[in-house]
Amino acid sequence: MDPLVERVLQGEKSALARVISRIENREPQAVALLDELFLHQKAAPRIGVTGPPGAGKSTLVTGLIRILREQGHRVGVVAVDPTSPFSGGAVLGDRVRMNEVALDPGVFIRSMATRGSLGGLASTSREVCEALDAFGSDRILLETVGVGQSELDVAQAADSTVVVVVPESGDSVQALKAGLMEIADIFVVNKADREGADRMVHDLESALSLKNWKDRWKPPVLKTVASRGEGIREVNEALERHAAWQLETGQLSHRRRESVGARILELTREAVTRAVLAKAGRPELEARVDAVLKGVESPYRAAERWAAELLDTANAPSP
Amino acid sequence: MDRRIRVLVGKPGLDGHDRGAKVVAAALRDAGMEVIYTGLHQTPEMIVEAAVQEDVDVVALSVLSGAHLTVFPRVRALLEERGAGHKLLTGGGIIPDEDIEMLKQKGVGRLFGPGTNTSDIVEYIREWARTHAHSEG
Amino acid sequence: MATPRKTMELPESSPSGAELDEKLQALKKALEAYDQAVARNAGTHRHVSYDTISGAPNKLLYTPLDTAGMDYARDLGMPGEYPFTRGIHPSLYRHKLWTMRQFSGFGSARDTNQRFKFLLGRGQTGLSVAFDNPTIMGYDSDDPKCIGEVGVTGVAIDSLADMETLFDGIAQDQVSTSMTINGPAAIIFAFYLACAEKRGIHFDKLRGTLQNDILKEYIAQKTWCFPPHPSMRIIADVMTFATRSVPKWNTISISGYHIREAGATAAQELAFTLADGFAYVDAGIQAGLSVDDFAPRLSFFWNSHLDFFEEIGKFRAARRIWARVLRDKYGAKKRESLLMRFHTQTAGVSLMAQEPENNIVRTAFEAMAAVLGGTQSLHTNSMDETLALPSEKAVQIALRTQQVLAYETGVANTIDPLAGSYYVEATTNRLEREAEEYFREIERRGGVIKAIEEGFFQREIARSAWQYQQEVERKERIIVGVNEFVTESKIDIPLLKIDPSVEPEQLASLKKLRETRDNGAVKQSLARLTEAARGTDNVMEKILDCARVYATEGEIRGAMREVYGDYRETAEF
Repeated sequence: MDPLVERVLQGEKSALARVISRIENREPQAVALLDELFLHQKAAPRIGVTGPPGAGKSTLVTGLIRILREQGHRVGVVAVDPTSPFSGGAVLGDRVRMNEVALDPGVFIRSMATRGSLGGLASTSREVCEALDAFGSDRILLETVGVGQSELDVAQAADSTVVVVVPESGDSVQALKAGLMEIADIFVVNKADREGADRMVHDLESALSLKNWKDRWKPPVLKTVASRGEGIREVNEALERHAAWQLETGQLSHRRRESVGARILELTREAVTRAVLAKAGRPELEARVDAVLKGVESPYRAAERWAAELLDTANAPSP
Repeated sequence: MDRRIRVLVGKPGLDGHDRGAKVVAAALRDAGMEVIYTGLHQTPEMIVEAAVQEDVDVVALSVLSGAHLTVFPRVRALLEERGAGHKLLTGGGIIPDEDIEMLKQKGVGRLFGPGTNTSDIVEYIREWARTHAHSEG
Repeated sequence: MATPRKTMELPESSPSGAELDEKLQALKKALEAYDQAVARNAGTHRHVSYDTISGAPNKLLYTPLDTAGMDYARDLGMPGEYPFTRGIHPSLYRHKLWTMRQFSGFGSARDTNQRFKFLLGRGQTGLSVAFDNPTIMGYDSDDPKCIGEVGVTGVAIDSLADMETLFDGIAQDQVSTSMTINGPAAIIFAFYLACAEKRGIHFDKLRGTLQNDILKEYIAQKTWCFPPHPSMRIIADVMTFATRSVPKWNTISISGYHIREAGATAAQELAFTLADGFAYVDAGIQAGLSVDDFAPRLSFFWNSHLDFFEEIGKFRAARRIWARVLRDKYGAKKRESLLMRFHTQTAGVSLMAQEPENNIVRTAFEAMAAVLGGTQSLHTNSMDETLALPSEKAVQIALRTQQVLAYETGVANTIDPLAGSYYVEATTNRLEREAEEYFREIERRGGVIKAIEEGFFQREIARSAWQYQQEVERKERIIVGVNEFVTESKIDIPLLKIDPSVEPEQLASLKKLRETRDNGAVKQSLARLTEAARGTDNVMEKILDCARVYATEGEIRGAMREVYGDYRETAEF
């Protein structure tokens, strides 16, 4: 066993931190590390928290951490902030809101920059969750960037997705409703002491009532004032109910199956692209680009043809 | 491989003057680094815990409260204790020259005073990273 | 928010010919020719920024066209008359020079008491107390969070006992005392009141100022105790209590100083501070007070930065806006309610560590801007404050700067001497316009507290600070001795050293206090405070009861924290 993995399994935080860096940096050893860690996962529930900027995601996450800790869980947190497209740098500020749990030995918080990923997570956030799982976190919280777009990647990475909005996000929620409806397992109207909270709850509920929820999980709409810790317990209970429902109905294994399938495809696509470019090299691609630009064939045809050629080569019996 | 220099920027102690810390954080971001900003009122324990979990290369602290002689050595000692002695501990604030000298002898890196060009800080961290980062396991 | 007067927008837009009289028409033509001539030579201009230090564009030349829409009686008026643009007193500095109020405090209450007696012995009539960080945050000196900070940047006050030491031998009814305290302002005020009470001094004899401006703490200075809503409730309770019982006390000093220090532009300082002021007026009215009962006890605290004319315009615009909004929006009837009285401090952030002696010159210009802007009191920074707490020598030079200004330069002889300057009037109008835009933006976001919670102010300030920093680094702005005319000189001014024995001594006396006081009474009074915080009783009265029995600052804060919780900021960049 890799000594680093051994130290992670013994609960050493600095070793886990280093492993996460290797994953995040896509260092060559990362695959081997993940491979070993994979065997030690306990399939800890993963909870995604998403919503527009300023909705209070970090504060809600902090509240959830506190309750999960009371229940005796060890909590891992991945908090994602955007990378600047201009410089490649980032300011990761989610810890500011989590200061009060920062010294709890049962909590591990890691900030990640998106590093070019366009969704709400970094492209390696899921692998980081796996490392946290192997480390012994039995609840994992994933806080997204919150760009206000529907962040499908979090719904795929998490077992339960909490969508946080505030009374003022009225218009943007209206516009995004379709996307949010798809990914939310629980709606939270945070800062519910503000004007318009009840209207927001009502709007969400009436939008939900238009759908047929027979044999499906109907997302509850909950109110919180996360800054005062109000309503968080109810959010946690809803999460527990959702987890129990998923287990009972077999949805959990279904969802995970889908998610693993999607992830394998995604990683394969990445690996194939890398391999193709490594093997055939840039010139091969450039030649095909030339053909398209000269009007010889469409990009679709070019891609089809290249894929077929590659598969033929792959299927050919080895000499 | 996609490595970035990671820097923790924090403000230990009770004073709330975060202009400098924020300007430096913005400068490091614009220089392509990932900055973990921990905010105000940090204890040395909080700073070191965050530095460990975030696996940063550099810990940069802004101290304008006059408590630099207490804070920097304490953070240095806690880093050693956690096996994170290889990280660069640097920072800035209102710190007299003779105190800077004293802190240097205790293993603290360069400390920048008012009027510093942020590009000097960027260059210092880059140079340090070039020669030190990930020299250990 | 009051709507801006249309006429104020005139100078900015190009007025149509029909509206201008012949002279202005001729001037307009002359100006066009002038502009063309200048444009032809633009290639020879120096390559630096000609914008104000706040980034507002400056024209090369201002003419009557820039003030064409103005009306003397309406926009300026006589000093001491509405809209008070030219000053709040008819005879200003001939009646009384500004108060030279130097802020001080260090070490233990006993050390600071000695310094106060020294200052009073030299004819100073106002005291200004600087507290240490633990006191400012509402923590007791023995709280583990305070290690290394007890008595370092101000005086350590844990309870009434320390306040009694601080004012030992000083007649509280003879001095005016200014206290720079915000988050726990009510608690420190209670210590001061209880101290006077024990000496048989009636509250209505007490004069002074409590900074007590919590909104700017969330915006800029970042030393708070509780979240915004409960903080505003405490402030309303203090206002109600003081209006009734301590009528000569200035309950809030609405402060732009720290907003500016955090990186705001002049317009942001002006707008955010006045918006805070309006929020306090709203809070007082909501608490059931009449605006004329408490508005006269609100005062302001501004920064005076290096951009000379822009600062003067800022002070003038502030007076005009405050008077108008108090009269038109809040319906204030008393003249005193409309007066924007203010203290000024020169910009700490303009001081440089390189060649610190140059700071004397910077401070002198800033001080002159404050005086020409009509300040009621002034603190001039000492040259060594980027290096340490000021030494006695540096403090003396700072005070001498004010005295030279007052007695030798002649700038105090004539009121508002720059009025009528096309540039200064246009700058005053420009700042007023920019402030009005911010008021609308704040209103659109649902008011000051919501804008704070969304990080609006914090973001605006952080961006201004970063922009300024980049301009300096690109050398579009020259700072003498820092990015130009740099010399390798060693600093050779003496620096003040703080006695390291303050912390252990303070801890020992606090320990003794906890052992010797009536702990049953303390417990009871704290429980009653928690109850009041939960309900609607005035908390100030209950805090005073706690102070009387020697409850500590941290204990009193703790009793309210049970109900109010803590505040966590968002990180805005």
